[in-house]
Parts: sequence; C-alpha cells; structure tokens
Amino acid sequence: MTDRHLLSGTEPDLARDAGHPEPPPRVGFFTDTSVCIGCKACEVACKEWNAIPQDGLSLTGMSYDNTQGLGASTWRHVAFIEQQKPQVPAPDGRTRLPLVEAESDPSDGAGGELRWLMSSDVCKHCTHAACLDVCPTGSLFRTEFGTVVVQEDICNGCGYCVPACPYGVIEQRPSDGRAFKCTMCYDRLGAGQEPACAKACPTESIQFGPLDELRERAALRVDQLHAAGVDDARLYGHEPDDGVGGDGAFFLLLDKPEVYGLPPNPVVTTRDLPTMWKHAGAAALSLAGGLAVSFALPALLGEKRKGTR
Amino acid sequence: MVPHTEFESYYGRPVIKAPSWAARDIAGYFFLGGLAGAGSVLAAGAQLTGRPRTATAMKVSSLAAVSLSAAALVHDLGVPSRFPNMLRVLKPTSPMSVGSWLLAGYGPAAGAAAVTAVSGRLPRVGAAATATAALLGPAVASYTAVLASDTAVPAWHGAHRELPYLFAASATAAASGMALLLGPTHESAPARCAAALAVGAEEVATRAAERRLGMVAETYRQGRAGNLLRAARLLTATGATTGLLLGHRSRPAAVVGGLALLAGSACTRFGTFAAGVASAEDPKYTVAPQRAAANSSDEAAS
Ligand code: SF4
Ligand code: SF4
Ligand code: SF4
Repeated sequence: MTDRHLLSGTEPDLARDAGHPEPPPRVGFFTDTSVCIGCKACEVACKEWNAIPQDGLSLTGMSYDNTQGLGASTWRHVAFIEQQKPQVPAPDGRTRLPLVEAESDPSDGAGGELRWLMSSDVCKHCTHAACLDVCPTGSLFRTEFGTVVVQEDICNGCGYCVPACPYGVIEQRPSDGRAFKCTMCYDRLGAGQEPACAKACPTESIQFGPLDELRERAALRVDQLHAAGVDDARLYGHEPDDGVGGDGAFFLLLDKPEVYGLPPNPVVTTRDLPTMWKHAGAAALSLAGGLAVSFALPALLGEKRKGTR
Repeated sequence: MVPHTEFESYYGRPVIKAPSWAARDIAGYFFLGGLAGAGSVLAAGAQLTGRPRTATAMKVSSLAAVSLSAAALVHDLGVPSRFPNMLRVLKPTSPMSVGSWLLAGYGPAAGAAAVTAVSGRLPRVGAAATATAALLGPAVASYTAVLASDTAVPAWHGAHRELPYLFAASATAAASGMALLLGPTHESAPARCAAALAVGAEEVATRAAERRLGMVAETYRQGRAGNLLRAARLLTATGATTGLLLGHRSRPAAVVGGLALLAGSACTRFGTFAAGVASAEDPKYTVAPQRAAANSSDEAAS
C-alpha cells in the first residue's frame, strides 16, 4: 500500500497501480546496439505504421544521421557515431584496410581506428514517467502493458511534458501544437502483435517482449560480450531502482550513454515534487508574512512618533 | 572562474528538449501572476489599515494582471478551445493542473473584489472576495516556481528549493511597485517597506540558488539571461531605494520607484526563463552534473 503512490524508486506492479485490475505482463524493448547495422528499417517502419508526417529533408553532416533526434514526427531515431578509437585491439593476421588517411602506424593500432556506433533510440516508457506525471489534462496515460501513451484528442498543447522528459523524447508538432511520441504501437500490442519497429529490424537489435525476460536476456548478452573482450559493453536503463525507476525500453551500449545523446543519470523530476511544494508553501507564507510586517512596521513607527511627540 | 568541464555529447546536440513556451507568454505569465497574487495581499492589508485608495487601486491591478495572465496562457496553447481540457482532472503531481484550479478559484475572487471596490456596491461580498483573493494570492504568486522547477531543465530543477522564494520576493517587489505607482504617497509606507524587504529576500534567494547550482549557475550569468538578471538587480535596487528615500514626500519619485520595481520584477522572470532555456539547449548542463552524480554513486558502490 505504501508504495502505491511512490514518485520514484522501484515499482513492481506498475499497471495495477495505474488502475488496470488484471494487467498482462509489462512489455518493453531491449535494444542491443552491438548488432545494429544502421539500416533505419525501424525508423521507416514506425513512420509507415503510424502514418507520421515527414520532417523535411536536411543534410546535417553528422555522420550518416540526417534524422537528428527523436521528436514529434520521429518516434525511432538511429544514431550514427563516428569515432576514432585507439583501444580497438588489432586482430592478428587480418588485412587492414586504410579507411582513412592513416596518420597512425596501423601495426600498433593505437592512433585511432575508425569505428561506427549505431543505436536505435526510442521513448523509454519510464516506470516513473515525468511526462505523464506533469500532464495537466490526463492525456498521457499508463496502459495495461505498462507503457506510456498520449491521447491526441485530450492533449491541449500546453507543452509541459516536453521539458519534463529527462530524455528529450516527447515534442509538440509545430503544425498543431499537440504532443506526440512513440506509443509502443499500442494498437498492435492490443492485437497481440509486436511493434512495427521491432518487427522490421533485420538483425534483432530491437527485441520486444516481457520486460523481465528481456532483462535476463540482456544480462546474458553483456556477459557474453565481456567474455569476448568487448569491455565497453554496458546496459543502460535496466536497473529498476535508478532515477526513473527503470526504463520500459533499455539498451546495450558500447560507450558512455552521453556519447549516444542519452543522459548519464536521469532522474524523474517528480521525485523532488514534495520538496518543491513544501518550499512553495513556505515561500507563500513568507510573502504573506513579509507584507504583514510591512503593514505593522510603519504603524508601530507611527505610534512611537505620536507617543514621543 | 568556473572550472572548465569535460563532457561528451552526441554532436553537441541537446539531451533534453527546451520548453517550447514563448517567453512573452510564459515568463509574462510568471510576472503577471506574481503581481496579481501579491497585489491581492497588499490590497487586503491596505483595506484593513484604512488605506482605501491603495486598496482599490491594487484590487483593480490584480484583476487586470490575472486577466492578462490567463490570456497569455490561452495564447500559448494556440487553440483557445483546448483550454477547458485543463480542468478535466485535478492532478497533484502536475503543478500546471494545480495552478489551473488555483486560478479558477483566485480569478473570480480577484474579479469580485475589484468590481465591488470600484462600484462601491455589495460591501459584504467585496470583503469576502478581498479576503479570499488575499488567501489564495500568495499561492498564485509562488506556485509558478514549482511549475518551472518540476521539469528536467537544469537551471530550474537544480534551483527547485530556492526558486519559490525568489518568485515570492519578485512578486512582492512588483506589487509594492504598483502600490507606489498608483497609491497616494501618504498611504505608501507599507509598500516602501515591502519593496525593501523584497530586494533583500531576492538577493538571498539568488545567491543560495547559484551556490547550489554549481556550474549550471553560469546560465544565470551569461547571455540574455545574464543581461536581464543584471538589469533586474539594478532596477529593483533603484526602485526600492528611491521609494524608501523619497517616496513619502515626492509623487514623481514614487512613480519612478514604482516603475523601476515593476520593470525589475519582469526582468527577474524573463531572466530566469532565459536561463532555463539556455541550460536546456546546451548538453553540457545536462551531462556534466549527471556524469558527476553517476561517478560519485559508482564510487560509493565500489
Ligand atoms: S522517455 Fe520521456 S516521453 Fe518517454 S515515458 Fe519517459 S518521460 Fe515520457
Ligand atoms: S502537451 Fe498535451 S500531453 Fe503534453 S502535458 Fe500538455 S496536455 Fe499533456
Ligand atoms: S513501438 Fe511503434 S510507435 Fe514506437 S517506435 Fe516502434 S514502431 Fe514507432
């Protein structure tokens, strides 16, 4: 009972606490970026299935990434990170291709070899979702699958969810002001189908399923990679006791989260809401008190002046 | 000197999305809400202590301010017909929802207080409305700080303990400025005193916030935010000093002081708003503090 209205921390019974009496198991995504080939099938499948408008054409010069980031009309985004990594071990006996004009001696492998990191980003469907907490209309809601969805007909375009999201996911569409983001294909889930992006992913970089299962699978995969000498492999967003209570979409990354544009240690802002209201209450009282003093002081000084006269 | 901070990011792109709110609407709303809320308290005080002209003037000013602030909110939505969705639910986790209900209670009270004062009719209703507006006013003036800080915006969320006091002080400065401007000089002693208190409180709150924010505090000192907040300090200090020294005998001095206080309060709100936007747009302010927190919790764990 006590953890029913927790604003942060672990939350084992998410859908039931949100008012779904007989929820199915919580589902989510495990995105294994180590096998992503950057084909963008997920971006396209998402656009197609959800009939999302185009965002215009732009050439950014950021590696192969012209999509730039998640937004109102981009619910999947594949990041391309071009890195010079000195510590990539040079495999014995392999022919080395001069991908860039090598300033380094390829035999020691220390000067930096080009590598690409690719990662398909999506709404995290946070256990403690700031977007949902701050929405004044109730248009953002928790589904029976434990995911977070916006109802277009109720959203009034106040824009509060946008700066509240610690991952910079949800955004207002400039043409109509309302907020949009990934629904984890709520319509497909209801029909027993997996989301369009996961379905379209040719390498199974995007894995969909019950979150508990995915977490087990992810732990195995990260061990496997460590055993193979990929020391940089790490899981991101899987811990149920992190700042957002664990993500419904979590990732296996090959570098620090900020390299992929992800916040290193996000916290749901509503964790601090009781403190904020407390200080706002005290501030309101001090405003009233300050003005009361301002009326009392001249009266007292006036009295004194009269008294001494 | 702020130490150089190392951080990595995805091609320098922001991590969080900056608020899409128009500064004129939302920072304007913060200012007007503060002016209205603190003004209602001042009006009630003036009425109780036999300062009728100030009381009426402040009631009218509060009604005007709250009407304009509601208009700013609706304008920011773009489509006015969507506004009623605000009152679909009452959600304590959403400061915007709480604020909408607060305004729904405060607005009519401020309106009734002003109308009865000007028309001189229904004095009992007027007294009740004045009291209600004065009770809700401080909440209207300070809840907007929670509205701003309940976001992932580093400069706002990081200052969530201090921002309510800054907003309350700034609201007091605005209301006392309005009282100096509109009220007769022989009634303005409380307003002059309140302005002086507000300037002091604002200074203390700002310093405390900057200390807690660490490197993020530079968003309050640089660029547009820095200019606005420096102007705010200068204006409020000028306003309070002019009011305090000359406000009791010179009508022009009272007007100048009052205008400076109002402008100062507006600059505080627009400056705070600009600092938030700047802190959201540069990934440094999201990544560096979070990286430091992650590293220190890793160290604690190992
Ligand atoms: S990632 Fe952002 S938009 Fe998605 S659920 Fe979490 S807070 Fe909401
Ligand atoms: S923009 Fe829409 S979804 Fe976002 S907080 Fe406002 S009403 Fe809710
Ligand atoms: S789950 Fe559906 S809505 Fe979400 S990114 Fe994948 S395809 Fe798009």
